[in-house]
Amino acid sequence: MSYVPHTDRERTEMLAAVGLSRREDLFAAVPEQVRFPALDLPAPTSELDLAREMQALAARNRPCDVAVSFLGAGAYHHFRPAIVDAVISRGEFYTSYTQYQPEVSQGFLQALFEYQSMICRLTGMEVSNASHYDGATALAEAVLLSLNVAPKRNKVVLSRAVNPQYRALIRTYLRGTHAAMIVGDEDDTADVDRLKALLDQDTAALVIQNPNFFGQCEPVEGLAEAVHRAGALLIVVTDPISLGLFRPPGHYGADLTVADGQPLGIPPSFGGPHLGILAARKTHVRRLSGHLVGETVDANGRRGYVLTLATREQHIRRAKATSNICTNSAICALAAATYLATMGKRGLRHVAELCYHKAHYAAAEIGKLKGFSINPHAPAQPFFKEFVARMPAPVSEINQRLLDRHGIVGGYDLGQDDPRLKDHMLIAVTEVNTRASIDALVRALGEAAR
Amino acid sequence: MTHDDIPTVYEMSVPDRHGIDLPAPDVPLAPLPADGVRADCGLPELSQLDVMRHYLALSQRNFGVDSGFYPLGSCTMKFNPKVDEQIARLAGFAESHPLQAADTVQGNLALMHELQQWLADIGGFAGVSLQPSAGAHGEFTGLLMIRAYHHERGDARRTRILIPDSAHGTNPASTTMAGFTAVELPSDARGNVDLEAVRVACDDTVAGIMMTNPNTLGLFEERIGEVVRLVHEAGGLVYGDGANMNALVGIVRPGDLGVDVMHYNLHKTFATPHGGGGPGSGPLGVSARLKDFLPGPVVERDGGEARYRLSMPAKSIGRVSTFHGNFGMFVRAYAYIRQHGADGLRANSEHAVLNANYLRVKLRDAFKVPFDRTCMHEFVCQGAIEGTGVRALDVSKRLLDYGFHPPTNYFPLIVPEALMIEPTESEAKPTLDAFVAAMLAIAGETRDDPALVKSAPHRTPVGRLDEVKAARELVLVDRAKAAVG
Repeated sequence: MSYVPHTDRERTEMLAAVGLSRREDLFAAVPEQVRFPALDLPAPTSELDLAREMQALAARNRPCDVAVSFLGAGAYHHFRPAIVDAVISRGEFYTSYTQYQPEVSQGFLQALFEYQSMICRLTGMEVSNASHYDGATALAEAVLLSLNVAPKRNKVVLSRAVNPQYRALIRTYLRGTHAAMIVGDEDDTADVDRLKALLDQDTAALVIQNPNFFGQCEPVEGLAEAVHRAGALLIVVTDPISLGLFRPPGHYGADLTVADGQPLGIPPSFGGPHLGILAARKTHVRRLSGHLVGETVDANGRRGYVLTLATREQHIRRAKATSNICTNSAICALAAATYLATMGKRGLRHVAELCYHKAHYAAAEIGKLKGFSINPHAPAQPFFKEFVARMPAPVSEINQRLLDRHGIVGGYDLGQDDPRLKDHMLIAVTEVNTRASIDALVRALGEAAR
Repeated sequence: MTHDDIPTVYEMSVPDRHGIDLPAPDVPLAPLPADGVRADCGLPELSQLDVMRHYLALSQRNFGVDSGFYPLGSCTMKFNPKVDEQIARLAGFAESHPLQAADTVQGNLALMHELQQWLADIGGFAGVSLQPSAGAHGEFTGLLMIRAYHHERGDARRTRILIPDSAHGTNPASTTMAGFTAVELPSDARGNVDLEAVRVACDDTVAGIMMTNPNTLGLFEERIGEVVRLVHEAGGLVYGDGANMNALVGIVRPGDLGVDVMHYNLHKTFATPHGGGGPGSGPLGVSARLKDFLPGPVVERDGGEARYRLSMPAKSIGRVSTFHGNFGMFVRAYAYIRQHGADGLRANSEHAVLNANYLRVKLRDAFKVPFDRTCMHEFVCQGAIEGTGVRALDVSKRLLDYGFHPPTNYFPLIVPEALMIEPTESEAKPTLDAFVAAMLAIAGETRDDPALVKSAPHRTPVGRLDEVKAARELVLVDRAKAAVG
């Protein structure tokens, strides 16, 4: 199947207009010895056959009934209202480019302005960019910002309770600016008070995740004050669904708030595309990376929206830009905006409470099983939709049995990132898991561990 | 397009209205923590019909490829096949979790493996990683690999990256992020990078060069072989910016030209939708000497059996995305390549180049083309018309009144009043002829009634917007008051 619309006659007329007789003649500038290579690709297929073939390929994935999946650790199965897909499937939106011509992009610009507004209210921050690639890259940009704010500081205090993939990605990003060093995340404890002790005059930022990677709410009282006394910035990675229920980072002094917005109406899709949320205090707006949409007026005083503060960005500032980001995750930001507007104040609270209650029910039931313990490192700390269960057998073996015998996708094996957490499973429970599926998990865990 | 002001979601919000019901809890309620619970998360309150009408009205104030001709240079605004959208939404793909055991996601891994192979073949490379999420992300990642390559050889003196003055702004920005210094190279009279300048700049502090080929003038670099040879002889590596790959599929493989590392823009060449700015996907192809440095994980196929697994390359610079990159874009690009086959992809590039040349010869009498030779998939002309005061921006805005999206303005920087026009292969001759007619009509208006052109657009929902006010006042969130607790 080709989408090239030209008829033979049109092609001939066009070539004649250009003064050539054959299409091949257009490529005289290409070195002849490497021109027109034979490519080793499969023969083309029709739309009808393609759809069949792709369905077969998708079916080679073992079907995942989301109700019996308890895997989270950075990507989640949440309910997605049908309206989200109806909105982002509008061709006017998804086949458009970045809004450099505002007169014919008012729709997307306003939607992104509203996205920024809802993200600010949700996180308690003052400004939000119009999206980043994903949560981890947004965090890396936040860390780079903290180092740029204080060029003489070269240390980043990073909690071990931040998603290990995010921590790995920060290390990749800092390979370029090798002066920076990361401390804290290989310590034996993830205790926030221990992190405070690592703050000093070289520290550019302290990074925590809240609820943390293990699902638990961090004790943040007095944290921002300690960070600010040291002259550093507090960067908080959060779960946007948790903000329907819990006090947001902006209310406890975060300077930068980062999240992966995938839970807001975006499918897990094997890990991407997701949505990087990056929000800040207004003092940092000129150092923030990514597009920003601002409100203004046209020559007749009509309200309108434009991309603003472009002087931060690569197409104007080139080597001196705050970041190289150009393409972002705009359609995912539109999905999140549609989700947030539809769920609204009460809906998001309801989703968050459902996650909370179901996770607590699951934890309580699993905790009753012989040989299992819940959140063994910090049993008194509150948690949201994920928790750690220590198991009487290796997690990989238990997960294999859950899948083979019960069709259940078990939680994340924490031992694969950290040998100290051998036999520890991170279990995610959201509103899509029913009581029946949780009960099935509990029964299956009991059997699998025997 | 509707011209009425559309209230924001906060302006429409009515206390106690709601858009959706969720099931009641089917488990016993757990007590909420005593501290740290908020009263109000600050979201608006709307009915579902309010939300649908709102976004539908907004969509009607937005222009996409599905709306009309979108000749935005360097962006490859081609048709996004609808079947690809349907396929990416198949539950087997969309609901799969990135941390599932490899045994349960063999379909996904097979797809990624095939795509890695196909992209390697199309670009002439020894290895591919699908990790980067966008073109600029690929650039940054490729530069980190170049850095790791030199450092591994104990060569830490190489701190400079050569970049032609016609390059995209992301090139120098990525260079800075990767800890290098960008050195700008001039262009010569034929629009190629100045070979003498390359020769002078090449010493043992050069880590590499970033080449966009065809360059942003839409011209194939006629002396690419000599540029590559000079850089390689000086010990540097060649980064290829694959933004303009839509001109080259089946025409020439960058790896065969000596490029060591290049990103592909799946959202340009392979028709994954631009999504209003993203998400994209920027896989990297590399020559044999960089293969072990690729970001990971990548997908490997075990022995003869068709079992796929994720693995980290031996000297990997690490991961640059959460999980495995933008998988949803891989599905679309895979479907696109599968539909076209080798001949279909080559035909795309040929027709993209034919369309660009057709527009070039039809427009060049009215709008000067400074480097007027056979172009590739795009070309650059000058939008200012002498003696009238009309600028490229004015021509662009007037095009909006004729129902066309304007070309890229004021880029590349080396052409004053640049209009960079990329029609893509998707457009048929009648559309191109209508565009030519509009451009020629605007040229006529410019002579007869320049004020009409300078005050354009006249038929859009809003006129030219006050960008200075936007930057000065910085209203970045809705001022409508919704209580926050």
